[in-house]
Amino acid sequence: MENQATTYNYNVVRQFALMTIIWGIVGMLVGVIIAAQMYWPELNVGPYFHFGRLRPLHTNAVIFAFGGCGLFATSYYVVQRTCNVRLFCDKLAAFTFWGWQAVIVLAAVTLPLGLTTGKEYAELEWPIDILITLVWVAYAVVFFGTIFKRKVQHIYVANWFFGAFILTVALLHLVNSAEIPVTLTKSYSAYAGAVDAMVQWWYGHNAVGFFLTAGFLGMMYYFVPKQAERPVYSYRLSVVHFWALIFTYMWAGPHHLHYTALPDWTQSLGMVFSLILLAPSWGGMINGIMTLSGAWHKLRDDPILKFLVCALSFYGMSTFEGPMMSIKTVNALSHYTDWTIGHVHSGALGWVGMITIGSLYYLVPRLFGQEKMWSVRLITAHFWIATLGIVLYIASMWIAGVMQGQMWRAVNNDGTLTYAFIDSIKATYPYYFIRFLGGLCYLSGMLLMLYNVLRTALEGSAIDAPVPAVAAHA
Amino acid sequence: MESLYLLIPLSVLLAFLIGLVFWWATKSGQFDDLEGPAWRILQDDDHSNKPEPNENEKKNPD
Repeated sequence: MENQATTYNYNVVRQFALMTIIWGIVGMLVGVIIAAQMYWPELNVGPYFHFGRLRPLHTNAVIFAFGGCGLFATSYYVVQRTCNVRLFCDKLAAFTFWGWQAVIVLAAVTLPLGLTTGKEYAELEWPIDILITLVWVAYAVVFFGTIFKRKVQHIYVANWFFGAFILTVALLHLVNSAEIPVTLTKSYSAYAGAVDAMVQWWYGHNAVGFFLTAGFLGMMYYFVPKQAERPVYSYRLSVVHFWALIFTYMWAGPHHLHYTALPDWTQSLGMVFSLILLAPSWGGMINGIMTLSGAWHKLRDDPILKFLVCALSFYGMSTFEGPMMSIKTVNALSHYTDWTIGHVHSGALGWVGMITIGSLYYLVPRLFGQEKMWSVRLITAHFWIATLGIVLYIASMWIAGVMQGQMWRAVNNDGTLTYAFIDSIKATYPYYFIRFLGGLCYLSGMLLMLYNVLRTALEGSAIDAPVPAVAAHA
Repeated sequence: MESLYLLIPLSVLLAFLIGLVFWWATKSGQFDDLEGPAWRILQDDDHSNKPEPNENEKKNPD
């Protein structure tokens, strides 16, 4: 008991950190498989191994299993270290770990079986939705309980981002997953038609905004300064960044429904708020990158910093690309093409993936009583192979997407379409192969990481660091 | 667009609640020092491998 009060709870952080890598590999492997299915359609075998069932498995695995475990691990670490206090309620923290793993395993079983609500990023059926709710409430209790018993008066900005992410995801999940159960494995959405679509993309976009952005910004505001050993460029800007982001993000969802049954003015409103979002996003990106000002030389030989700074560059790129694509005239070209897939993966592989990988490389040695990772050269190799993978992926999808958009809209002098739909698929074929190669690179980087992490863990031993006495200075 | 009858009040309510949290944060002095907290996390030494030399070396960091 006394031991418990004087050490940090690294156990749950360790569990989540390891599962982040395992689920990352699983989710990205499924991604590579479905990329291969696009190029070799004969790989679509049987109902369980079909693109339509594996694709939601891929998105759920990378977002909620890889990204989710990464967020649990880092938020539990950051909130303890910055509040100078052990995590609130070990048992509840353990429940969040096992509960979340149960959700992931259930998803991996039910999605290939074809049990789905059909709502993107919210495909899981109602019993799993209830389990998610329970785990999430426990997560909130553990996180805010720790904030509540903090020994440091100021709540560090990273915790604000993590806190907003936890609360908003709870609200999004509750509203969007409102459904009427018919049997144990089937339910119908509480909303219908265009209303359902609007609620779905209010959820969908805010899931991007709060799960994949706010949460990972929390990571960024802790691990970038720590790894660079410099304070964040402007703490004041980080506070402004936080409040500006959470006030504006909520309204951008309709840009997913341009040129649909949604009222025109709602689409335009979504577009305007998406454009406004560029300001806080770039404020945060500049704040993160400028943290290195005066310490740029560290980028030369610190591959962990390379990961973190490269992640910020991709954050900047995709938060420029996103608002641009939300402009209706641009969207008329990009909508339904592979450009969207390229955009998503520049955010997912570049921003979310790299910031998580960098943070984990920072965390793992500390969780296993080691000074640094087993092999720094392997981290460097991972960095370059991951970067190469992203470039192959997004460049091929950009070209493919713009090409598809141009082919679909091309008309002959007599007003007939120049190309049949199948022509655009044929033209996309080589780019699907390049995309597959890019995914394969990124996945192999993750395998290097797993090996490196296992060697680090085996050389060290699981430790729980002592909680240091609270420093007297204000 | 019935969904707006749900989503707009929800978003307005949320913006109001966020405003409330902001007001609390300002009142309780969360934003009084916007330099120190950035340095504070750097003073928290979380290197795991060297607990002993650490205590001797940095007895009084400030």
